[in-house]
Amino acid sequence: MKFGVVVFPGSNCDIDCYNALRDVLDQDTEYIWHRTKNLGSYDCIVLPGGFSYGSYLRGGAIAKVSPVMDRVVEFVESGKPVIGISNGFQVLVESGILPGAFLRNNNMKFICENVYIRTESISTPFTNLCGKGQILRIPIAHGDGNYYVGDETLKRMEENNQIVFRYCARDGEVTDASNPDGSLQNIAGVCNREGNVLGMMPHPERCMEEILEGRDGAVIFKSIINYLKGGAVNG
Amino acid sequence: MFYAKVYITLKKSIADPQGNAIKEALLSMEYDGVKDVRMGKLIEIKLADKSSKEAEKRVKDMCDTLLANTVIEDYTYDILEVQP
Amino acid sequence: MDKKPYERVGLTFEEYERIVKMLGREPNGLELNLYGVMWSEHCSYKNSKQVLRVFPTSGDRVLQGPGENAGIVDIGDGLAVVMKIESHNHPSAVEPYQGAATGAGGIIRDIFTMGARPVALLNSLRFGELESDRTKYLFENAVAGIGGYGNCIGIPTVGGEVYFNDCYRGNPLVNAMCVGIIRHGDIKRGTASGAGNAVMIVGASTGRDGMGGASFASVELNKESEEKRSPMQVGDPFLEKLLLEACLELFETGCVVGVQDLGAAGLTSASSETASRGGSGMDIDVSLVPRRETGMVPVEVMISESQERMLVIVEKGREEEVTGIFKKWGLNSSVIGRVTDDGMLTIRDGDEVVGSVPAKSLAEDAPIYYREYKEPSYLKQVGVLDERGLEVPDDLNGVLVSLLKSPNIASKEWAYRQFDYMVRTCTAVTPGSDAAVVRIRGTNKAIALTADCNSRYCYLDPATGGAIAVAEAARNLVCSGAQPLAATDCLNFGNPEKPGVFWQFRQAVSGMSEACRALDTPVISGNVSFYNETDTDAVFPTPVVGMVGVVEDISHITTQGFKEEGDVIVLLGENTQEAGGSEYLKVVYGLERGSAPKLDLDREKRVQGCCLELIRGGTVKSAHDCSEGGIAVALAESCISGEIGAKVELEGCGREDLLLFGEGQSRIVITVRQSDLERVKDAASRFGIPVTVLGRVRGKELIIDIAGQRGIQMAVKDMETDWREAIECIME
Repeated sequence: MKFGVVVFPGSNCDIDCYNALRDVLDQDTEYIWHRTKNLGSYDCIVLPGGFSYGSYLRGGAIAKVSPVMDRVVEFVESGKPVIGISNGFQVLVESGILPGAFLRNNNMKFICENVYIRTESISTPFTNLCGKGQILRIPIAHGDGNYYVGDETLKRMEENNQIVFRYCARDGEVTDASNPDGSLQNIAGVCNREGNVLGMMPHPERCMEEILEGRDGAVIFKSIINYLKGGAVNG
Repeated sequence: MFYAKVYITLKKSIADPQGNAIKEALLSMEYDGVKDVRMGKLIEIKLADKSSKEAEKRVKDMCDTLLANTVIEDYTYDILEVQP
Repeated sequence: MDKKPYERVGLTFEEYERIVKMLGREPNGLELNLYGVMWSEHCSYKNSKQVLRVFPTSGDRVLQGPGENAGIVDIGDGLAVVMKIESHNHPSAVEPYQGAATGAGGIIRDIFTMGARPVALLNSLRFGELESDRTKYLFENAVAGIGGYGNCIGIPTVGGEVYFNDCYRGNPLVNAMCVGIIRHGDIKRGTASGAGNAVMIVGASTGRDGMGGASFASVELNKESEEKRSPMQVGDPFLEKLLLEACLELFETGCVVGVQDLGAAGLTSASSETASRGGSGMDIDVSLVPRRETGMVPVEVMISESQERMLVIVEKGREEEVTGIFKKWGLNSSVIGRVTDDGMLTIRDGDEVVGSVPAKSLAEDAPIYYREYKEPSYLKQVGVLDERGLEVPDDLNGVLVSLLKSPNIASKEWAYRQFDYMVRTCTAVTPGSDAAVVRIRGTNKAIALTADCNSRYCYLDPATGGAIAVAEAARNLVCSGAQPLAATDCLNFGNPEKPGVFWQFRQAVSGMSEACRALDTPVISGNVSFYNETDTDAVFPTPVVGMVGVVEDISHITTQGFKEEGDVIVLLGENTQEAGGSEYLKVVYGLERGSAPKLDLDREKRVQGCCLELIRGGTVKSAHDCSEGGIAVALAESCISGEIGAKVELEGCGREDLLLFGEGQSRIVITVRQSDLERVKDAASRFGIPVTVLGRVRGKELIIDIAGQRGIQMAVKDMETDWREAIECIME
């Protein structure tokens, strides 16, 4: 099984995702330059965080017209898993693969800190090893993470179990105080209708080792590996 | 030659914290009667198109596909003919 | 009265005569401008060079000392740390966001110019008291600028310091430090050699931004400069990220002879310095420099400070390899000239030679000034402190709260929360502890980093203050489990032409030098920033010390938070009762007076040695240095960060307020298991330092008794709220 980490000009968590998969989880992993036109050999694509194209215009807006994104769309259609983290989530939203859009954090500042998120859906390739409602402590680092989606779409997403993570307090309660950036309904991560694409603002690759910020992030990548090995998807 | 000015603002239904901050500042500076402030972007584009109709069609297309995110943003534009 | 041409470029008549004598003719206008920018203090260090010679700059581990883009120190395993700190004070005073952002951008280029991958940023920020809207604006935007640049380029901002004092109201200080990691064999230098080799400019195109920024940085600021916005550069961190990746890829090809970033004085300094270091000349054609504006004249191209550009000297015949790599990253790269062997910097505009002067005369032959110095008269007044006139406060809890809320002590989370301090997934100790710790991939090691200076001590006694800045930086590293290795310094002072200021400068440098020698931390790079004064006031002497240490095994990494109920709290060093220069004196009595705390370098070295030995032996569970706010604040911080209480008994008679809040040096509070206490006492006795058992980690309160009387009793949760929210409350 092989993971591919896309590198856009300005990606800067590409190396972190690569190290997390290769060094911590011992997975075959390669970088994918944004001009690549063939994703045939990969089993899972990671769109990493950072500031693709400087996040000029809007986060992810220019990356969506990179040559590799046409291939990513095909990859998604083939049903294989794709995870977008932070700026990678923005790219997925801008390219229409995931619903919604991002606004500036409601305090208008970049925020880097550990937050808690509650797993709202465990029936995805990315959360199949999570317990129901499992609380994860994961860092965020973004200036434009304020998730927005229209009412009707939101309703459909809820019906389809597409809300995967919500920001919450340490004890799991979803409160205004635990919402770091003003995201609608504390949404921290969503998937597409088919469930094979996850976008999340928090950075699981940053918390996979005890020397860093704990290990809560590993469960997400381990879930993907489990899924790719044919392990059961919950529910 | 045409010169397009594209104005992008957040949709009215979406909170604009920067606009609000500017409004509060203006009010604190005693600019009475400031009712609302919306902040946005201005993008200037020079185009080699032959006709204004052609230019307008392309600018609209640019707005829909890249310049604005129509989930959250509205856009308007002016197109002026200029000497090359 | 009309100014003479040489005056307009900031030169004196004597300097002009020196140029005429060197050239054997009068310089033309372009040439005169080159001398103007290169002989400014900012580029030539003409006022400081002589004094800086007293710094120790060599040592077994030093691979590159001052004089290059950055210093390099060995950390073993064939690896080395590249580091430098630099000021961006004047631009930040005018336009704080861009000033701070381009400060970060410039120091990052200095690091990757040496061939290293930058792995961490730190900063030292100083502003007026957080009272006026202007000060809040400066603070808010400087922080946003640092974040805006560092976050985008993907280099974690892992630490630093923020101070507030009225002396910085008109002269904020924004110092940025960057650290990189390199293999010994990959070190690049800013040298142009080999006649015929290509001189290439890569990265951004050249515009009129930052025009004359170098001279701008060496004149006093006055009311006018708030309006002079044209000299500002605008940073493009995205472009620099591409430049960084392209350069590191280019260096791997082996075709690069030398490389230098275009910083102050732009192409003029990069070309003349690289040629001068290589004992070469250079022949360049400004018409080949890619531009973003029309109608630029040769002098504008030569002194432009457009950001995100580098000068690369490439082996003849391999130019296309460079072009290929830069094209991949979507960047410009143009051959603009050749290295020559005649020692001349010859500038062409197309076919026409528009200037030709010896490269060395620009880079190295500025006059060296021996400025007058005289002990300033203020020292006699501020040195006097009559403690009898200061009544001991009844409410010591109240004093502790005021100190925890003082912006100089309060949590800086409001600022560092805006910095991505985790990107690159190597930050083992994040901002808020004594030092930041960054692991080195592929090894079992880490490096510890800090930037420190208590400028109030320097104001009261520049020599002792300078020495304390070094000692505290080293102490912070030791508390984190690191052996201090080397220092980089950013010397922020007023106008050196004033004898009082120059006296402060000499004293500070001499104090720092003595401490660097004693603690075996040579100065391997640095920067001088003079003229930090407005019409009336100069800043306190502020010699900021950046320091790096190596943690030999990541299991040695130690943090300041108390760990476990029942652990024994031990003080290494001695609790004195020094009031002078303390935050306590400032916060409670509004005084900035007295003597700076005493520093015994021999004692300091032994305290640090003992602490590090205990840490390496696996004995120490937490370590925290006592600095601003004294032992009481140190204990409070260890409680807050460990989310646990402590019960402590302080010995000593005399004033309990000074026992609690005095800022005596060479003190470290550690915690150990009860069973390890004897090992601690043995070690302390071998190192010949005082050791005192203070109490135990326990409960949810910090309780400090003094000679049997209750001094402090506060819930950790309450202290945390006061400490954590103070700055945010002021800013929001």
